[in-house]
Amino acid sequence: MTKISMTVDGIQYEDDVDPRTLLVHHLRDRLGKVGTVVGCDTSNCGACTVLLAGKGVKSCTVLAVQADGMDVTTVEGLSGPDGTLHPVQQAFHNSHALQCGFCTPGMIMAAVDLLSENPSPTTDEVREGLEGNLCRCTGYQNIVRAVQDAAATMHATAPPTAEAAEPASTTEANAQEVPR
Amino acid sequence: MIPAAFEYTRPSSVDGAVQALAEGGEDAKILAGGQSLIPMLRLRFAAPSVLVDLGGVGGMRDIHDDGEHIVVGAMATHHDVMSNQLIREHAPLIAQATATVADRQVRHLGTFGGSLAHADPAGDLPGVASALDATFEVAGPSGRRMVSASEFFVDYLTTAMEPDELLVAVHIPKLTGWGTHYEKFNRVAQAWALVGVAAAVRRSNGTITEARVALTNMGTTPVRAHGVEEALADAPADEGTLRDAAARAAEGTSPTSDLSASADYRAHLATVLTRRALHAAGGL
Repeated sequence: MTKISMTVDGIQYEDDVDPRTLLVHHLRDRLGKVGTVVGCDTSNCGACTVLLAGKGVKSCTVLAVQADGMDVTTVEGLSGPDGTLHPVQQAFHNSHALQCGFCTPGMIMAAVDLLSENPSPTTDEVREGLEGNLCRCTGYQNIVRAVQDAAATMHATAPPTAEAAEPASTTEANAQEVPR
Repeated sequence: MIPAAFEYTRPSSVDGAVQALAEGGEDAKILAGGQSLIPMLRLRFAAPSVLVDLGGVGGMRDIHDDGEHIVVGAMATHHDVMSNQLIREHAPLIAQATATVADRQVRHLGTFGGSLAHADPAGDLPGVASALDATFEVAGPSGRRMVSASEFFVDYLTTAMEPDELLVAVHIPKLTGWGTHYEKFNRVAQAWALVGVAAAVRRSNGTITEARVALTNMGTTPVRAHGVEEALADAPADEGTLRDAAARAAEGTSPTSDLSASADYRAHLATVLTRRALHAAGGL
């Protein structure tokens, strides 16, 4: 067993883990973060996407021990303390950017990651930015629309409220080096 | 699926990693970004007894200019490489090809050195490193040694590195005044290349003075298209030259047949993609 410490959705956890434990299993089975789902188990579908030190990663393709000392944000950590949805979550809701909803946690996290680097992506840039996420219902039209709507909302509210709308960890995490 | 059990060690220096590899014996394996290794662990295609995680080794993500070369630390992620100013200025072929590797999430964790050391013939970067005549800096129990790209890639998933060696950095010669392009053909967005072509072309007064062309997934290792290079050397920079040169792209290659493409189709793709790559690299 290896001792690891990581901050998940703003809370610090210390655990002993078997080194072969995948981050997604650690999040779900040990920490109860079942909002992050396992879709394909082959690194293709992106349903398990979380932010690791502020960057989108597929948590089925990271060992929990690799995330030692790092900051993790899951879909459960996006909303504000009062339950206000993150602009990307709200946009997915407004546009009904889902059919069965299984890909949604990963789509939302990948969209948050994309918008942190490209705040106003074109349609093509959204499609390319989300290439690591598959929707088997093929509901991509509304997903792309939702990401662009979220970008517009985040722009409109940017200077005064962006910090409040963003997960608290994002700014700090972006500056943090990802040791790997 | 869950990987088979292994011992895990996270050294803090290159020397420590070399020592851990030696102590781990033949079944010890290096963990870089894990984006190829972890899928193989999960499927139990690989079941190393010891994993040596380079994530804690300082300095291995640095990218610097040593005058003649850009030196890329093996642990620089694809995202680091794509967004690095030195790479964009002196080795834009790498930045362009790296942007086509897998997807954003994989590029955030996957490393430049890891994908070269993994030596998958369908990987984009081995072909690019081959076209650029990169040199590989390898560390082992008896110190460091330099290996040329032509000697580094030995066979399918096999490099010239011994089991007790690891890749520390890759030295990329600066190509000043060359045009470069990576042309990749794949079925769907995040898929591996069916075939890829990395091309670098130097022109002077309407003549192609030198060209380097390497092919992805046309054999068990990246392949330099020597026939194409010969046909381009000191030839007029025109459409006819490119067409005749590209027609020789599949010479001496031995592509596989699989569910996505037959060997014949790959050979045809190589000629078409080489023509496109030469057009873009040669500015024609």
